[in-house]
Amino acid sequence: MSATPEELKERIEAGIPGSVAEVTGDGHHFNAVVSAAAFNGLTRIAQHRLVYDVFGPEVGDRIHALSIQTKTAATEEAR
Amino acid sequence: MSEQTDNPLRDAIQEAIDENPVILFMKGSPEAPACGFSARTVAILQSLGTRFAAVDILPDPRIRQELSAISNWPTIPQLFVDGELVGGCDIVTEMYQSGELAQTLGLEEPAVEAEAPQPAGMESAPLTIENRL
Repeated sequence: MSATPEELKERIEAGIPGSVAEVTGDGHHFNAVVSAAAFNGLTRIAQHRLVYDVFGPEVGDRIHALSIQTKTAATEEAR
Repeated sequence: MSEQTDNPLRDAIQEAIDENPVILFMKGSPEAPACGFSARTVAILQSLGTRFAAVDILPDPRIRQELSAISNWPTIPQLFVDGELVGGCDIVTEMYQSGELAQTLGLEEPAVEAEAPQPAGMESAPLTIENRL
């Protein structure tokens, strides 16, 4: 069964607590823009790994290609 | 010489990463990329005029398997600079646009912020490492 952008969005948001994902795609190639406070202080590599880790071996297989842009979520006007 | 494991393919990949200051693992060759993401990454490196080694991972699926085991990164292409994974196409593109890639490569920042270049004809001849994998 091919993947859907909705499925990817739900799984990213469930897998990275507090994240917000926008996912587009055609069932094989997807683009995900993910914002999460969990990314704060991490390198880009580490941020992208968090997203890839949600899908494990499905990336490159069932999910043929996943482009990722990560954004650190503004730490709610530092209280 | 780093210690050898009983996995000659993994050793050969690690050695290639260690021995080449800039090395791109890609689908196809810089002259004939076999995937749009690889093509875009090659085009960026070429537009910066940097020399890089390239390894085609397609000839044997084990290359990708071992590479991903080393790098803990699932997708291709993968760019390494000075033995460190810099990223795949998305990160390389972002870093190119922000000027960070030129810094990472030890180049001067481009004077003008550029759009990601389209794959085009060859300019600087890339260094192709002997494919022993």
